[in-house]
Order: sequence, then structure tokens, then C-alpha cells
Amino acid sequence: MNNLSLLMDGFATILTWNHLLIMVIGVMLGMLVGVLPGLGAPNGVSLLLPLTFTMDPVSAIILLSCMYWGALFGGSTTSILFNIPGEPSSVATTFDGYPMARNGEATRALTLAFMSAGLGALAGVVMITLLASSVAQFGLKFSSPEYFAVYFLAFCSFIGMSSSAPSKTLVSMMLGLAFATVGMDSVSGGLRLTFDIPDLVKGISFLVAVMGLFGIAELMVTTEEGLSFNGIKSRIRVRDILRTMAELPRYWASLVRSILIGIWMGITPAGPTAASFMSHGIAKRFSRHPERFGKGEPNGIVSPEAADHSAGTSALLPMLALGVPGSATAAVMMGGLMIWGLTPGPMLFITRPDFVWGLVASMYLGNVVAVILVLSTVPLYASILRVPFAIIGPVIVAVIFTGVYQVANSTFDFWLLLFFALLGYLFKKLDYPVAPLVLTMVLGHRAEEAFRQSMVMSDGSVTVFWSNSLVSTIMGLGVLMLVWPLFSRMLGLRGWRRRLHRQKPQASKPATPDSRP
Amino acid sequence: MYKRNPLSAHQLKPLALLFAALTVSGSALAWQPERPVEFVVTSGAGGGTDTFARTVQSIIGKHKLMDKSIIVSNKGGGSGAEGYVYSASSQDDPYKLTFGTNNEYLLPEVGEMPYAADDLQPVAAMAMDEFLIWVNGDADYASAKDFIDAAKQNPGKMQFAGSQSKDTDQTLVSMIEEATGTDFRYVPFNGGSQALVQLAGGHVDANVNNPNENLGQWQAGMVKPLCVFSPEQLPKGEPVYQGKGWGDIPTCQSQGIDISEYRMPRTVWLPAGAHEEAVTYYQELLRKVSETPEWKDYTTRTVQTSRFLTGDELQQYIDDNAKSVKKVFEQEGWNAS
Repeated sequence: MNNLSLLMDGFATILTWNHLLIMVIGVMLGMLVGVLPGLGAPNGVSLLLPLTFTMDPVSAIILLSCMYWGALFGGSTTSILFNIPGEPSSVATTFDGYPMARNGEATRALTLAFMSAGLGALAGVVMITLLASSVAQFGLKFSSPEYFAVYFLAFCSFIGMSSSAPSKTLVSMMLGLAFATVGMDSVSGGLRLTFDIPDLVKGISFLVAVMGLFGIAELMVTTEEGLSFNGIKSRIRVRDILRTMAELPRYWASLVRSILIGIWMGITPAGPTAASFMSHGIAKRFSRHPERFGKGEPNGIVSPEAADHSAGTSALLPMLALGVPGSATAAVMMGGLMIWGLTPGPMLFITRPDFVWGLVASMYLGNVVAVILVLSTVPLYASILRVPFAIIGPVIVAVIFTGVYQVANSTFDFWLLLFFALLGYLFKKLDYPVAPLVLTMVLGHRAEEAFRQSMVMSDGSVTVFWSNSLVSTIMGLGVLMLVWPLFSRMLGLRGWRRRLHRQKPQASKPATPDSRP
Repeated sequence: MYKRNPLSAHQLKPLALLFAALTVSGSALAWQPERPVEFVVTSGAGGGTDTFARTVQSIIGKHKLMDKSIIVSNKGGGSGAEGYVYSASSQDDPYKLTFGTNNEYLLPEVGEMPYAADDLQPVAAMAMDEFLIWVNGDADYASAKDFIDAAKQNPGKMQFAGSQSKDTDQTLVSMIEEATGTDFRYVPFNGGSQALVQLAGGHVDANVNNPNENLGQWQAGMVKPLCVFSPEQLPKGEPVYQGKGWGDIPTCQSQGIDISEYRMPRTVWLPAGAHEEAVTYYQELLRKVSETPEWKDYTTRTVQTSRFLTGDELQQYIDDNAKSVKKVFEQEGWNAS
């Protein structure tokens, strides 16, 4: 319980008006950065870095970390309202968040997302407080084969998740993998698929692709359907926020499962993106109503959000305890540590306990501040959707183009954006799923790298993927996920479940549709 | 004054400079930035080059060495090629100060890059980063000699983790192989921090990270250095782990690895064709930076050797460095052309 007393010291360090003010500023700036597509948390944090040069390290890290929390929340907002994920990790939130907002329940979708995100983050901090010293070592067990196994598991838990034909899902995944190979190949050092275009050397930015595939393509479809957001004109009442909060305990199973996935993926550190995709896929797999996913299912919002934030928070643990960044934003913060004159690494806990525990304490307070701030902005954001489409549509287009330019100050990216917009539109018209493409585009590069590194390490033998209990367990889980739909169909499990369901409404009183037995 | 409109000033720059040179007395600087300067960083945020550029930025800000503000943009895609291509494509633009290492002239050697080494001109080299052989903290090797002996007994089995493929790390590993008659397996990861985790976790046998990349983990005894690739031992400093500090690490040459020096320069570039007076301006600016106590702090903390090179001296260094590395590239057959 030594950790707890240290944490109390941390609270004592940060509980000053000055620090609280920094927290509020950080969260607000972060929300702004998160809402603007293309800016994102890592960019936002590095933009703020120069400001911190003259601050003391504790205030500086509070500012940066609070900005990070704010950006994570802001990213979910645009995913839900406009189908534009601001961060790779909030892509999975669009799957059910956007449909729910379109059904006229924007307030509910936002509240669900923010509350479960807040809970996920808090769970991550509690884990850091209690287990900081013992869990950190776990990340070291991960080498390339284990990383590949985790990505494999993420891919597998996603297969069969879309309602389209499996062959269409496969085509979409393969296209995503192809886009992921553009640019420099880090194993051989050569350039691939760049067609002598200098702008392709850096690869295709995920943000550009996603803004085209989701944002612009969605606007094109909306325009075609008659220039209006359907059913979004419902009234916004503050009471809805409270009602949704009361509804949250119903999704406890999804919450707990996703938080565990998130914490695990944050420590290892496979990252929040894999965590959010995986927990959405698994939530669907375990659901009694898999057919409701993708149409505004609450569990489909709660799961990726809780996983995203618990992973994002846990990702700071490897940074603090081992000096190894668990995410892009953590890497920027570590750069900051060095400029402030601190050496990130295991000794930071001993040499600067005031800094480390001040940061942990600020994670508790910062997240509470963030949840309160974002919840109070829900009516504001939800009311954006009441602005006529003829006005908001062009504004979104302008914001997207600005955002795309922000990514790399490159005008070539505009053409890429238009290309992906057309591709996204085509996908929608031909009923191909976009999500598998995005998943493989984000993780494909890392999966390939991990696979090839494993091959170098094992001298080309695939047995490396079941060479120890850790990697074989993860691979086994992946294979299980892959064959589970086949398996359950074979045993007629689905039919049995459905039958069970059909009987239930007659047996019990007609309760709320989502209540659990 | 021509300063009022930056766009036309940019177009009229040669003319304006001529007038400025005619009217301003010789003692004043002829070229001054008239709009914010972009620091193009050829690594992702948090990398070694990023810390280098941001330290320079913070020193300029603190001592008010420049009137105009600085925008840092990270372009680390394709092992830094993204940043060099970006600067190379904006010819003679004196507002794109580009921060890198020797990869500026090494990248085009090993891959078909959409820029050539002389699309950028060197402004200054500010520090030399050292390389060491690191092994896991629990490894049995007491010295680099032990390590090399073990490698000789297991040819092709022992693994080095490195930042990238065909980069400074892999070049050094090839040189070690050449010098000692050993055969290692090189596994390219994504950056020094990943190479470090793999070593600390015991998944590989060694890496050749820079001091700063492994400092925090050495403090905790997770990894330990065997020898350093510098002509003499590093300066004495604070003890880092179990009473041993940077100055106690033997040179690799004294351990029987015949490589007297292998270092990586921290370099600053401008697009080729940028006006000579702009180059002079930045050289003076960076020289002032390198003379501040904060710069000394940075190099001490990151265990780099502060060495300020410009002009012919710098060109000579680059030529020598490129020549010695290209020899390895040819031996290994990595050349692109």
C-alpha cells in the first residue's frame, strides 16, 4: 500500500488552483484538437510542447496529459456526429455511434461514449496505481512473434463482424493491406508502390484515407439522399444525459470485458486502436443480438470507447515504468521529459517520485475534469446537427480539407482524399464493408513488420508462433475467433439462441429491450 | 520597406538583398528571416533528431536569438526521407531549416530516393552521437571480448536489434562482423526504443544504441554497455549504475574490435540554392546556440560530444564519413544503383 501513500503525496502536489486551471485549459485545448480532424492528440501535444519549456515539469506534464485526455474525448465526438474519426482508435466508435446519432439519439450516443470512456480511463489509472511496479515487466515479454499474434487476434475477432458477404470482407481487407504497404519497407529499407511520386514515400496517411472513406463519402451519400440528416432533428434535453447515465449499468458486461482488453493491450503495448477494434468485434460475438450491431447498438458504442480509453491510459505505464512509449502521444511526452531535464526510465519512480505520482494523481483528476467538461458540451455538440445540412455540409467539407492539409502540409494529399472519397462511395453503393479496409490499413503495416521480424529471428521457421506459452495462447485465441462462427453454426448454437429469445418475451414481462436476465 | 509584404519580398529577394547589401553597413547582418522559420525534423516526435531540434528551438526562444517564431514539423516517414524530400522540393527556400543525421547522404545510397544528397546543402554539424555495444543486464558477458568470443562459437545465431534496415546501426554491425570475423543476425525494428525493449526483454542478444537511448534502462540495470566506439574513453561523469559511469566504459578498440571511431553527426541543412547569406545567418545563429550553457547541458545529459562544424571543415567531414560508410554498403551489396 506504499503506492497509495505516494499517490496521496501526488494529490498534495497537484491540488493547487494553478494546477487545476492548467488541467481545465489542457482538457479544453485537447477537445478542440480532437474535434478538428487531422490535428489529433500527438500533433496537438507537440504543438503545445514549446509552451512547456519554461514551466516546471509537473505543471508541464499535467498540461500535456490533460490535453491528451481532452483530445481522446474530442475524437469520439466527431466520430459519432459526422462519421469522421479524429484518431485511428475512434474508428470503431463510428460503427454504432454514427447510426445512433442518425436515428435521432445524438445525446444518448455522446453520453454513452463519454461515460464509458471516462470509466475506462479511470480503470486504467487505478491499475497503474495498484500494479505499477509488477505489471510493467509484463510488457518486456513481448517480442515480434507476440506482437504478430496480437494483431492476428485483432484481425480474427473482426472477421465475420460485418454483415456483408465474407468474400467482400476479404476483398476489403486485402485492399487495406495493399494501401498499408505503400512507402518505405522498414525490414528491407526499400520503397514499395510509390510509383516515383515523392509524396508517397511517407506512405498513405491513415487520417487522409479515413476522412475520405468516412467523412466525404458519407456526405456524398447524404447529398444523394436529399440533403438532410435523417431524424437528427429531435429535441435535445439535458434530462436525456442523466437518463443515459442511469442506463449505463446495463452494459456492465461489455464495459468490464472491454476495460480488461484495453488495459491488457495498453500494457503490452499493442495500442488503443487494436483494443477498440477488438472489443467491438468481441462485443458483437458475445451479444445475443449481433444483428443489431452497426445500426446503433449501445454495446457497440460502450465497448470500443471503454477499451480505447483504458488502453490509452495504460499506455502511459510502460512510458513511466520502463521508459518505453506505448503510443504516439506517449512518445511525444517522453521527448518533452528529456527537454525538461528528466530521463524517462525505471529510475524515474525513485529519482522523481513527486513528478511520477503527481502525474498519476493528475490522471485521476484530469479525467474527472474531462468527463464533466465534455458532458456539459453534449447539448452544444448535439445541437450542431440541427443546423440545416446545406450549411453544415460545406462547413464539414472545408474542415476536412483543412484537416487533410494539416497532416503533412502536402497538397498531394487532397488528391488522395478525393480518391478515398470515391472509393468509399463506391464501397457503399456496392455494399462492400469499409471497416475491414481501415483495420488492415492501420494495423497491416505493423503486423507485416512483426511477422517479418519474427521470420528473421527464427530463421524462417513459422514454429516461432507457438514457441512459448504466451504466443501460443494468443494465436490459439485468434484461431478460435476465426472458426467460432463456423463452429457455432455447425452446432446450431445460433438457432438455439434465437429460439430461446423468441420464447423469452412471452415468459417474462415485456421489459426494456436491452435488459439482461 | 520591402519587409511589409512577405510574399513579394520572397519573390524579390535577390533584388532586395542587393539593395540591402548596398545600403546597410558591413557590420550588420545582410539576411534576416522575415517570417516564421520552419524546423523540418526528419524523425517522428520523441526521436533523437526531434529532441535535438526542439532543444535548439528552446534555446533560441530562451535567449531570444531570433526575432521570428519557429514552427517545428515532424516528417519522419520513410526513415526520415519524408523530411528531406519535403525540403529538397522547395528549392532555395531559406525558411526550411532541416534537422537530421548522416542519413541525409546515406539514404539515397541504399534506396531509390526521390531526392539526391546534394538537393540540400549542409549548414552545420552540432554534435556527435556515440555508439556502444549493449547487452542485457543479466547477460554473462563481462567484457566485449567475452561477447565476441561467444559470437565466434555461435556463428549466425546471435542477434543484434537495430533501429532500421541498412541504417547506421546495421552498418556498424556489418563493420563489427568484418573487424572480428563474426556473423550476426541483424533484426531491424522501428527506432531505437523498440531495439531497446527487445534487448531488455531478452529477445535479442545485443544492440548498438546511442547512449541517450539506453540511459534510463542502464540506471535500472536492465541493460549494460560493453564498449564504446570512440577513439578514447568518454569523459568522466556521475556514476550511472553500481558505481560505473560513462567514463568507465572501455573503448571497443581496446577490446579487440578494430573500429577506432564510429559516430553519428547531428546535422542541420537548407535546401540547395538557398542564398549564401541565409546560410551564414543560420551558421551564426547555431554557433550562438552551441555556446549556451543549455546546449552544454543537453550534450552532457545525452552523452554526446559537442562539436561545431561549418563550411569546408563540415564538407570534409561529410566526404570522409560518406566514403567510409559507402565502403560497407558496397561490401554488403546494399547500393541502390
